[in-house]
Amino acid sequence: MIPMIDIRNAEKTFVMHLQDGIRLPVVRGVSFHVAPGECVVLSGPSGAGKSSILKMIFGNYRCDGGMIGVQHLGSTIDLATAEPRQILSVRRNTIGYVSQFLRAVPRVAALDVVAEPLLATGVTRDEARERAGALLRRLNIPERLWKLPPSTFSGGEQQRVNIARGFISSLPILLLDEPTASLDAVNRAVVVELVAEKKRDGVAMVAIVHDDEVRHLIADRLVDVTSFAAAA
Amino acid sequence: MNAPTYNFAYLDEQTKRMIRRAILKAIAIPGYQVPFASREMPMPYGWGTGGVQVTAAILGTNDVLKVIDQGSDDTTNAISIRKFFEKTAGVVTTTSTADATVIQTRHRIPEAPLHAQQVLVYQVPIPEPLRYLEPRETETRRMHALGEYGLMHVKLYEDIARFGHIATAYAYPVKVNARYVMDPSPTPKFDNPKMDNCPALQLFGAGREKRIYAIPPYTSVVSLDFEDHPFTRYKHDACCALCDSGDSYLDEIVTDNKGSRMFVCSDTDYCETRQSQGHRGSENAAPYAESKHA
Amino acid sequence: MLDVTKAPRDDDQPLLLAEGLSKSFGRLQACREVSFALYPGEVLAIVGESGSGKSTLLQLLSAQMAPNAGSVSYRMRDGVMRDLGALGEAERRFLFRTDWGFVHQDPAMGLRMAVSAGANVGERLMAVGHNHYGKIRQTAASWLERVEISVDRIDDAPKTYSGGMRQRLQIARNLVTEPRLVFMDEPTGGLDVSVQARLLDMMRTLVSELGLAAIVVTHDLAVARLLSHRVMVMQGGRVVETGLTDQVLDDPREPYTQLLVSSILPA
Repeated sequence: MIPMIDIRNAEKTFVMHLQDGIRLPVVRGVSFHVAPGECVVLSGPSGAGKSSILKMIFGNYRCDGGMIGVQHLGSTIDLATAEPRQILSVRRNTIGYVSQFLRAVPRVAALDVVAEPLLATGVTRDEARERAGALLRRLNIPERLWKLPPSTFSGGEQQRVNIARGFISSLPILLLDEPTASLDAVNRAVVVELVAEKKRDGVAMVAIVHDDEVRHLIADRLVDVTSFAAAA
Repeated sequence: MNAPTYNFAYLDEQTKRMIRRAILKAIAIPGYQVPFASREMPMPYGWGTGGVQVTAAILGTNDVLKVIDQGSDDTTNAISIRKFFEKTAGVVTTTSTADATVIQTRHRIPEAPLHAQQVLVYQVPIPEPLRYLEPRETETRRMHALGEYGLMHVKLYEDIARFGHIATAYAYPVKVNARYVMDPSPTPKFDNPKMDNCPALQLFGAGREKRIYAIPPYTSVVSLDFEDHPFTRYKHDACCALCDSGDSYLDEIVTDNKGSRMFVCSDTDYCETRQSQGHRGSENAAPYAESKHA
Repeated sequence: MLDVTKAPRDDDQPLLLAEGLSKSFGRLQACREVSFALYPGEVLAIVGESGSGKSTLLQLLSAQMAPNAGSVSYRMRDGVMRDLGALGEAERRFLFRTDWGFVHQDPAMGLRMAVSAGANVGERLMAVGHNHYGKIRQTAASWLERVEISVDRIDDAPKTYSGGMRQRLQIARNLVTEPRLVFMDEPTGGLDVSVQARLLDMMRTLVSELGLAAIVVTHDLAVARLLSHRVMVMQGGRVVETGLTDQVLDDPREPYTQLLVSSILPA
């Protein structure tokens, strides 16, 4: 089976020009792959480069070497060398990213924030809102908040809106950056359920999870990032 | 009777040739404003110096000249210009529209239909119809060159938005020969249809602005409008109090300090001709000859 | 952050192509060897400080100024790629009134300040031959609504409007002919922060709803982050760094970009 994500020898170094050009190697020799329906959890201590790897797969951080192969619309694309518009296409059609923090979209109601990715794929507004509502309900966001812009919500509520937005679309790859960080036990369980459903749908996932219990529940495989840590 | 110190019709022959070249170019490009080297005339700008120069350039010894101001042969401006050409060119002058070969006008087109042997010379204060919204001459000339006339409709739009109808009552913009948008000088829009397909040659002279433009005989002249707000002529809803004409352009005349008013033809020759034919209005019971000397 | 789900369509034909654009004013090189391709629906931000050449570049790209070297070509509505330098003036101006928009920093440059809002929006329609007052007014009203200007202000002149309203009116005036490309020169410059946020949000929505391509010149990286897919960083007339907006802003590589990014005040 062709892996959805196939990373070989990827590396990343920050050069801090404002500090006399100090080179800060972040990761080196990153190599792993993720199959459809598999959830790979990156493990390792803080600062080992877990988030950087996730951002490299999303194209947010540029990759200085190696390759990040992704199955995109029926062919393999190397995100390390892809053009900006190819990366945009990948983000639109292939890779979803659930970050810890919601990038507040001012003045848009929570329901529409969640429904938006569906609208873009051609789902009607009514159906998109219905599915968004169902997801928000599952994540225990009270209905009276749906019409309000999430920027006014508490941190946990914002995160759940963000999770709903990430999980509503049917992209074949999901990157999860601490999706349960500020959630209570009930909502953590919902997220675990959602991840399980995505696996059944064949979605390949890469996650960073600090909560041992959640990690145990969702991880099919652990990739220890420590071995990629680039010693200066 | 040519005053000995002046060349025929005041201007020297070189100047007249220069103006005639501009006129020929203007006729060749209907509605296009042709620059010309406008001269100082022995009257102030705004008194018809553009029209006077055009008239001077086209006048021949056999021409019969009529000059009107707001339709009237008898106002100061009309009389002055008529006398000016009587003195400098010695041409025959008339007040009869039908008899004239050259008619210089300010702000009106005669009511009597013009014929093919006539030239109508308009005095023009501001030749640029787009100036109201676009003050840059470089830009308006470019807009004319490229036929970009959306702006002209902006002005009409503003009229409708503000007054509910196109309130522009004079200097109403027209499109000449389906190409150039032209300011017909401050004639009432009532006169606009007379410009269309007119057998006479129409020449426009703007002295201060140094422009000449023309409508050759039998040229299409279309007043701009909107589909749902079509061009309409406007006149006072009355008949002439002197000649009872129901289809001429009327002036409103206040007759006392109590606000009484009467409406009379703006075209004095037309009105007098009708009266001489026996037409009588509400304020004109006596025969024309008597009322004239009353 | 611009919503990636509504990013440009997968269209392989560039809309605008700049190749080796250079412009100098005497000894000052305002623009050196700038090349890039802009695709339909793509929003490109040109960032840099005052004097970096970004405004000159915008003038070159919008064919308002001729380059000393290089060329700009544009895919016309009929699909044919045309060299803008070879367009006649009539064609160029037609493009400006129909397929392009230009949003100026100072709304007074882009609006007729003494003419009603309705006529300001309707002018482009009338310029391309619309001749039905009622329909023009209706279209203008619906655009005012889209840019959140109360329809009962339709007969007021923009000189009676606030700065934010003027800017929104300018946008409506530009978008009424459904252009495919809009140039924006510091569109939020000179506005209060709260007014800026509303304007940015509105532009973001309109750009994605209409699938507009846009080239936005700004010195404000927050504007670039909110509006653009891609960013080009300019310094001394040169493009020093280019890439996806979040890439360049989150992972800046060049010293100048790192300086710019580090100069943003924390929110």
